[in-house]
Order: sequence, then structure tokens, then C-alpha cells
Amino acid sequence: GSGGFRKRKHDNFPHGQRREEKENVNPPSALMTSFKSFQLELDSRHDKYERLVKLSRDITIESKRTIFLLHRFTSAPNGEEILNESEVKLDAVRRKIKQVAQELIGEDMYQFHRAISPGLQEYVEAVSFQYFIKTRSLISVEEINKQLIFTAEDREETTNMTSSSHDKHPPTWSLKVTPVDYLLGVADLTGELMRLCISSVGNGDIDTPFELSQFLRQIYDGFTFIGNTGPYEVSKKLYTLKQSLAKVENACYTLKVRGSEIPKHMLADVFSTKTELIDQEEGLP
Amino acid sequence: MSVSEMFAALQAALGQDQDIREEIRKVVQALEQTAREILTLLQGVHQGPGFQHIPKKCQKAREHFGTVRTQMESLKTKFPADQYYRFHEHWRFVLQRLVFLAAFVVYLESETLVTREEVAEILGIEADRERGFHLDIEDYLSGVLTLASELARLAVNSVTAGDYSRPLRISAFINELDSGFRLLNLKNDSLRKRYDGLKYDVKKIEEVVYDLSIRGLNKEATVGAGGEK
Repeated sequence: GSGGFRKRKHDNFPHGQRREEKENVNPPSALMTSFKSFQLELDSRHDKYERLVKLSRDITIESKRTIFLLHRFTSAPNGEEILNESEVKLDAVRRKIKQVAQELIGEDMYQFHRAISPGLQEYVEAVSFQYFIKTRSLISVEEINKQLIFTAEDREETTNMTSSSHDKHPPTWSLKVTPVDYLLGVADLTGELMRLCISSVGNGDIDTPFELSQFLRQIYDGFTFIGNTGPYEVSKKLYTLKQSLAKVENACYTLKVRGSEIPKHMLADVFSTKTELIDQEEGLP
Repeated sequence: MSVSEMFAALQAALGQDQDIREEIRKVVQALEQTAREILTLLQGVHQGPGFQHIPKKCQKAREHFGTVRTQMESLKTKFPADQYYRFHEHWRFVLQRLVFLAAFVVYLESETLVTREEVAEILGIEADRERGFHLDIEDYLSGVLTLASELARLAVNSVTAGDYSRPLRISAFINELDSGFRLLNLKNDSLRKRYDGLKYDVKKIEEVVYDLSIRGLNKEATVGAGGEK
């Protein structure tokens, strides 16, 4: 009960105060002062890392949603609408990337790269998917990075900024997607393109699979050229990439061999059965 | 740009990155060699009557650090100065090792904890990232934790060699170090794992001090060696 006489462990020491500090009637030693500053430095570093992880997660989620949206695109009338909506979404993602860039001012980006890399890869996947749908070509990393140069949008941002230089240029922030993040994003893009191939047949579009086949082949050639000279994570993607390409090539084969004998509206059934079988064989989750 | 042109450019960038890493590896290897030499030299203090030789060993170690500084200068030239963390993994281990060695030398000389700034000076690098190739705080802390383990071992061997006062001083030092580390909020990373080992070092030294005190050997030491610092 609360009226107990039993002396508690903490009775001698004011709650919350460390025993060591109590014993030091003198001011803290140089060592303790150092470690206090280490504590602040590490806390501040960890806090920044966490903020970046959160931003990266937001970027990932919104990029994924953009990809799902883009899968609904067809050459039907609402296609334009979908593309516009995707641009709105990607603008929102870019605003998050701007916050990332702002967090990284004065920092070495590579110190926090692990925090933001997943988000950036997902963004590359989304933006390159949109670009392919619009242009039937691959967006370059330079083009991606051009869109990641930001200026102060409103007066509030400018007044909040402490400008160390008094030049007339508006403050800019930028983030550069690294070659590796770009490659990993493009590798993931091929998976989405493979899905696009399957679904386009279901929509009666029998031209897209052949376009995709050619496009994916170019990308696969590119990755083959890079081979093992990149980091391990890039080489790892090569296997999945090859499978995506194989699925698309098999789809083209099916269309070619059997396309003329089967009514269009039944093509999708023939097609999806075969690919379902492939999926099961590989034991995909 | 065609797809193949894009990938050719990317491959060139990756290739360039690999070349830089190869150059860095070579210098790091040389640093590791020097570190091994310093370690071999300093390990000798655990041997019996080696205590008279301590000042000489420290001096010799400091000479080796001159080589380290030269090698560091070379390392700094191998990559763009603003990409320290891009390549940090390559020298992280040897840097932590060198921090430990510097801390060990300074402890043997003055029985104090070397500061970040002092280590940076010994190694010929900066303490601040803004000033150039610097010592990351986590690498400094890792090296210091290795020192704790080394001192735990030294405490044991001091007793064996008949020095009963040194363990008492080591005990005070390690306890203060432990208090310092308790202030830190660490994440679940390699530094945290290494810090978890500190309590075993503390315990080992406490046992040595206990063994001395119940046999009255510490009093002998206090009288003989002129008191604790």
C-alpha cells in the first residue's frame, strides 16, 4: 500500500537525478561536458535522419499511388485526365523532395542517403513510368534532376531563410538522384511495364506489347552492359528484369502465333492464363 | 539521348566510382599496415616489466603517427572533398582503430581521455566536417570503447606484474567514461553494440579492484605509489 514503511531504492536520490551527478558536488568534469555535447550532436543527427526517413516514406507512398493511377491510363478519352492527375501527384512528391533538399542544406547528402534512397527510387519509377506513357521513351537522369531544382515559392519561405550571401538570386535547393538510385528505379519500372503489357492486351491494345518488348529489350541491354560494375543491389535486379522481359516476349509470341485465330475479346483470357502459370512456377509472393 | 547512350554514360559514372574506390583501398591498406605496427608496439605494455618502457613506447608510437599523417594526406586527395560520407565505409574501420591507438598512447602518457580535437591533430585530420576530411563522432566513440577493453586487460596484467595502483586509477577512469556514455542516446547500430560491451569491461575492472582490496593490496599500493591520482 501507499503507507508502506519499506524504503524504496530511489528514496535517497531525488527522482530523476542521476546518482553520479549527485555525487559530483563540483562542476562536471571535462569528460562529462564533452559527452554532454556528444549527446546533443548525436540526438540532432538522429532527429534529422528520422525526419528524412519520414519524408522518404511519404515520397514512396505517393509515388506508388501515382503508379497505380497510371496503370488506369488507356488511350480512351479519360487518358488525358489521368495524365494530368498524375502530374498533380508527382508535383506533390516533388514538394516533399524539396523538403528533403532543405533538410540537407549544409549537410553531406551521403551521410543520410540510406534514409532517402528508397523514396527516391520509387519516385524515379513513377516519373519514368509517366514519361514512358507520354513519350514512349526513357527519361534520363539529367531530366529527372532538372525537375528537382527548387526555388523559394512564397515570401514566407524567403523571409524564413537566413541568407549567408547577399546576392540577388532567389534561394535554390536541389537534390540530385544518384546514378545508382536511378538505375534501381528504372529496374523497378520494368516490372510495371511488364504489368502494363499484360493489362494492355486485356484492353484490346495489341500494339503496346510489341512496343514494350522493344523498349524493355533496350533497357535490358543497358543493364547487361553495366553488368557487375555497379554495386551489388544493381546486379541483383538483373534477374527480375530478365524475367519481366521474358514475360513480355512470351506475350508477344502468344499474340503473334495465336492472335489471328482468337477473337480479340478472348485474347486476354488466353494471355492471363499463361502468365498466371508462369507466376505460379516461379513461386512469386 | 538513346537508351544505350544513357546507359553508356551511367556505366562511365559507375566505372569512375569504382576507380576512386580502388585508389582509396590502396591507401587504406597502407594505413592498416601502420596501425598494425603501432598496435604491436603498444601491446608490449601488457608484458611484465614493460612499465619502464612505456614512455619510450609512446614516443615510438607518436613517430609512427607521423607516417599516419602522411598517409592521411594522401587519402584526402583520392576523392572529391565534399563526398566524405560517400566513401566513408572504406576507412571507417581503420580510422576507429587509429582512434583507439591514439587514445591508448594518450592514456599511457597522461591517464586522461584524449579529446576529439587531439585525436584529429594526431591523425592529421579535422575535427569538424566543414573544415575537410574529419573524424566522425561515432568513429571517435568506437575507438574510445576499444580503449576501455584494452584498459580492462591492462588492469589485469598490471596486477600480475605487481603494479597494484594502476588498476585503481584505471577503475576511476573507466567509471567516469561509463558515466559519460550513459548520457548518450544511441540507436541500435554497431556503436550501440560496442557500447554494450563496456559494462563487461567495467565489471572486469571492478573485480580486479575487489581482489586487491580484500587482500589489502590496494592499501599497499596507496602507501607505496604515493596515492591515487
